[in-house]
Amino acid sequence: MSADKGKSPVLVMVEDLRVWFPAGKGPSTGRRGFIKAVDGITFSVHRGETLGLVGESGCGKTTTARAILKLLDPTEGRIRFDGVDLSTVSRRELRLIRRRMQPVFQDPFSSLNPKRTVERIVAEPLVIHRQGTTAERKARVSELLDTVGLPPDAAGRYPHAFSGGQRQRIAIARAMALQPDLIIADEPVSALDVSIRAQILNLLSDLQDQFHLTYLVIAHDLALVRQVTDRVGVMYLGKLVELRPTEDLYRAPLHPYTVALLSSAPIPDTQAEATRQRIVLEGDVPSPADPPTGCRFHTRCWLRQKLGDPDICSAEAPALAPVQDRGASGVVACHFPEAVEDSHERRETLVALTGSRASSPSEGTTP
Amino acid sequence: MTVGRLRRLEEAIVPTRLGTTLESLRPRTFLETYGLVVILMIVAAVAAAPLVAPDPLAQDLTSALAGPSGEHWLGTDNLGRDLWSRILYGGRVSLVIGVFVLLTAGAVGVLYGAVSGYAGGMVDAVMMRIVDIFLSFPSIMLALLISAALGPTVRNVIIAISAAWWPVYARLVRGQVIVVKEREFVTASRALGAGPIRNLFRTVLPNSFGVMKTIFVLDVGYAILAGSTLGFLGLGVSPPTPEWGYMIREALQYPTHWWFILSPGLALLLFVSAINFAGGIVTRSVYEVPGR
Repeated sequence: MSADKGKSPVLVMVEDLRVWFPAGKGPSTGRRGFIKAVDGITFSVHRGETLGLVGESGCGKTTTARAILKLLDPTEGRIRFDGVDLSTVSRRELRLIRRRMQPVFQDPFSSLNPKRTVERIVAEPLVIHRQGTTAERKARVSELLDTVGLPPDAAGRYPHAFSGGQRQRIAIARAMALQPDLIIADEPVSALDVSIRAQILNLLSDLQDQFHLTYLVIAHDLALVRQVTDRVGVMYLGKLVELRPTEDLYRAPLHPYTVALLSSAPIPDTQAEATRQRIVLEGDVPSPADPPTGCRFHTRCWLRQKLGDPDICSAEAPALAPVQDRGASGVVACHFPEAVEDSHERRETLVALTGSRASSPSEGTTP
Repeated sequence: MTVGRLRRLEEAIVPTRLGTTLESLRPRTFLETYGLVVILMIVAAVAAAPLVAPDPLAQDLTSALAGPSGEHWLGTDNLGRDLWSRILYGGRVSLVIGVFVLLTAGAVGVLYGAVSGYAGGMVDAVMMRIVDIFLSFPSIMLALLISAALGPTVRNVIIAISAAWWPVYARLVRGQVIVVKEREFVTASRALGAGPIRNLFRTVLPNSFGVMKTIFVLDVGYAILAGSTLGFLGLGVSPPTPEWGYMIREALQYPTHWWFILSPGLALLLFVSAINFAGGIVTRSVYEVPGR
């Protein structure tokens, strides 16, 4: 799919994944409906890379992560982990796979059992998977605590004695205990203080270098995603709308939704922040129980309005198509990517993001 | 204020479980201290009964219904049996009933409720309707019926009261389990590879006991009361085994001999109220100590 990471083998393959939750009866139809949290997404995670999934809350990114962890069963579609189809694995095989795929959750205040000491929390995966003797586990725990930068005496304490950042370190130590191939991190730093986030991200990237980990990182913060990922998938209403190498996505977004997201990301330059033109999406995200026909984004798309409401947007769902012919890599699902490329909205957004307002007279005199 | 907060924080990171527990279990108000002391005294007296009291079954009709004296500290009953002795031995019966009802009803109720809440769906619905059937009887009625059917022994009284009580625990535990099983560390444990049994018993249940602890302690008192109620109604432990409820029933026939009804009545009141007062300690320890 992507050019540079195409060489390394695929670790996780998600094919046409759908996760629908049964919902109550619709008020008008009276029929039992479904919340289509994830509605047909396809992507792969390559060994050694960090793939980011971004989107607004409710777009299905967490559901996707949970489906890969097999905490939920897909309604349709297939997830393969290292070639093994997760929908047909036996309990025994699933145990073996779970050893190789460990989660880090968003909120370290709720993801650690408050009644266990740190030692028992970190050792839990070892106990579940019957690894080592008690003494070996103890040694492994202190090794892990050291790896994630916690003092050795942390082992005997309970989670409530730690700060958010330290707790997330504990969660990371737990995820590392079995030396997994893949770590799925669902918003790993969004519950933490801003000052702590960089530390945790650095820790994650150090661990990746040291232990050849593969990451799937779920986030809504675009700046963070840019910092840590190799490729980024943008999700909207249960669909993947764009999946590109990180720098390509940030330098040359090809989906109107991606452009809108980038345009709403805060930028450090206060003057530019004050004068920039944001793309304001109208209305709310439609309900995933009754998604719009055609392109899911068409009801809020700024580009569609500009192009004079082409019928195709509401009639036909755009497929994820490669963007190689535009001299870029990755895939995008839009009927008019070239119109995105030519739009002044995109230009404005990118200029604001990079901070180099070439045409601005104030450039160079900014204090 | 600040110093107090700091001290609390230090306590919060006390690494040993036992240390934290003991600290939190220290009585802090007068009533808690009183309750704890009374309980300890009663338990000690009841345990030492053979050493400090005569045979509770020895009849002496010549000194029947005698008032308190140097020989019979609390007087005697209608058959001339020593009331002090019968109170102490009766306390043994009450204590055994209280503790074993809690263990039996607790074990059954916790297991049932935990499975029901964790399984969810249809299993839960069916299991809870069965609980509803049990709860639709007044519990004392149910206990009476079962006790009458099984016969009047200590063991059967325990079974009868437990049968009437376990549904309350089942419901409580189920509610807690449903809340706790949605918490993220349970999901985390599942994602780490823990199976349902390990997850329920090692992760969910230990975090579902907070409210239960409080109720358990208070319920020891109510179980003793329930045992006495059965005795009072004539369907409890059979005579001549001394039992407070049955003693009160007998004493009702002799309203002019005040010491006869006063002793078991007061014993019951003292014991049950002391348990209630001391129950506050457990309640506090559950809600105050972080991580408990």
